[in-house]
Amino acid sequence: MGAVVALDTLFHRGQVWKGRPAPADVSRQPTGHAALDAALPSGGWPEAALSEILIAGQGVGELQLVWPALARLTRGGERVVLVAPPCVPYPQAWQNAGVDLRQLSIIQASDREALWAAEQCLRSGSCGAVLCWPKQADDRALRRLQVAAETGQTLAFAYRSIKDAINPSPAALRIAIDARPAQLRVLKCRGGLARTAPIAFAPGH
Amino acid sequence: MRWVCILFPQLALDAVLRQRSDPDEPLALLSGPAQRRVLQAVNEPARALGLRAGQSMTAAQALSKAFACADYDQAGVEHWQQFLAAWAYRFSSQVSVHFPRTVLFEIESSLALFGPWPQFEARLRAELTALGFRHRLVAAPNPLAARILANAHDGLAVPDAQALGPLLGQMPVERIGLAPTVASALSRMGLRTLGQVQALPRQTLARRFEAPVLKHLDTLLGERPLALAFYLPPDRFDVRIELNFDVQSHQALLFPLRRLTADLATFLCGRDAGVQRFDLHLEHAGLPDTLIKVGLLSAEREPGMLFELARGRLEQVQVEAPVRGFRLSAQDLPSFIPQRRELFDERPQQSLPWEQLRERLRARLGDDAVQGLGFQADHRPECAWQPHAQSQPATLLSRAQRPGWLLTEPQAVSEGAARILMGPERIESGWWDGADVRRDYYLIQTRAGQQGWAYRRVGEGGPLWLQGWFA
Repeated sequence: MGAVVALDTLFHRGQVWKGRPAPADVSRQPTGHAALDAALPSGGWPEAALSEILIAGQGVGELQLVWPALARLTRGGERVVLVAPPCVPYPQAWQNAGVDLRQLSIIQASDREALWAAEQCLRSGSCGAVLCWPKQADDRALRRLQVAAETGQTLAFAYRSIKDAINPSPAALRIAIDARPAQLRVLKCRGGLARTAPIAFAPGH
Repeated sequence: MRWVCILFPQLALDAVLRQRSDPDEPLALLSGPAQRRVLQAVNEPARALGLRAGQSMTAAQALSKAFACADYDQAGVEHWQQFLAAWAYRFSSQVSVHFPRTVLFEIESSLALFGPWPQFEARLRAELTALGFRHRLVAAPNPLAARILANAHDGLAVPDAQALGPLLGQMPVERIGLAPTVASALSRMGLRTLGQVQALPRQTLARRFEAPVLKHLDTLLGERPLALAFYLPPDRFDVRIELNFDVQSHQALLFPLRRLTADLATFLCGRDAGVQRFDLHLEHAGLPDTLIKVGLLSAEREPGMLFELARGRLEQVQVEAPVRGFRLSAQDLPSFIPQRRELFDERPQQSLPWEQLRERLRARLGDDAVQGLGFQADHRPECAWQPHAQSQPATLLSRAQRPGWLLTEPQAVSEGAARILMGPERIESGWWDGADVRRDYYLIQTRAGQQGWAYRRVGEGGPLWLQGWFA
């Protein structure tokens, strides 16, 4: 009683079992950015789950982040759906990034219908990846997208404003893209601790 | 040759009941002039109330008021017989509607495909129950025998002509399809069953009765062939449901819609066709019909999908007046080519193919909602894309830097909000089609660090115009 035992000695003698997190399954969807892959617990985009990408505005490399994955999916014959994109995709740039345009579909919809359309696409299981731009999406809408992505075993990407970073989210992965300095911050990742150090991310142009 | 006879003992009643969402509601079908309405047929719950066929309407209303009424519709009965023949056409090419309220078809040649008889019979019964028709079902070596045995049996399968003789022999003479005068003459002679009639010498029968009687008996035993006119499926589908009250919301139309699309799918299966366009007519009192056109990109016939699509279109429509009747018509029935599916799907829950998903999205969001993306060989950015995909893989385009996002309308960049990183790159094109463009493009970076693609017209000053984002 009263004897103070240093933790170090307990650990060194092997008397205390330290629970280690089970190694997560290796994702079959690497992001194509080596530094980011290394930072993610599954080594890639979480499969069958929603990934959130938080940006301050267009033109900070938000497409270059996902293009390697989309290019690999379309070349494998999977369909990629953009639900209500904010601008027109420039075919030349997408094709130079390796995306097979024949496998790309664009759905034009209003804000409310876009969430419905994204959920339908995710749930159907016939798409390889679904990208959506939910505006004023509440927790419930995002949870629906997350569940739909799980049901349909589909990669889901939601682009949201960086202002939503302070709100909690059901997404499996949240990445914020900073333009100045150009870096990625992993805010949340399922299956591991989010790395606090930012990852350098230099979008080429 | 083996023939199946399916007898529908209450076809008129089933035709009305299947259009109602609650089949256990007491229902009576009325016929006769307006002054003296008579109950023509009643269903089981109505019979429990004490109603009987043949009662007058006043007598029935004295017994109970809690039953629904509908008109006995002779044309409707024939229509449904035709519909059931179309259904049976899936199983055999020799389908006949020779006898009233009956569908006869030949199955010997179909058994190899549809399995042994007990399995086939179970399938027939399951489909008829799903369609909402009560039925009695008999298989026999010749069509007339099948029809006559259906008078007394249900689920009987007679393997060959030897087994047929004794079974027919037990049938009472009133129930073998003879004219009533002949049947009563026979029974007054003390002949109660067909077996007793057969035991008589042929000459005596020929002397006492007219020739059709012996012909009928020979046909019944399979010694004479029966000439049947076979059913030919119509080229179009047109079914109407009369609603017996004013419908104000689309919710109340969903049940009849489900029935109609399921009937359409049944009809299409029988014809081995698909449907690419069909029309829904909403009928109003005193106003022209509201027409809803449902179009699909490819021929389909899956009932759930047809229902979903029609529902998607129906929910968008606003009508001025309550709906009194509902009609589905399909004129164009192209042949159905089933989609090739992989035996081992890579994704286990591939529940909805892309084609069906696309139709569902189009049904709700509009015909042009789902687009592809194609490249057009033009240097002007606003002309470089088209909203539909090319069929062949595009060749690798030039490595010139182009932004991932293109703004639909260029935006002016205010002075000092951005700095130029690279440029200019001149794009000069389109002098031949009136949309002449002479621009110098720059790669710019905004204060927030966003990289954009902006231009200034050659020879003009003023602000830069932002046209894309290097996302």
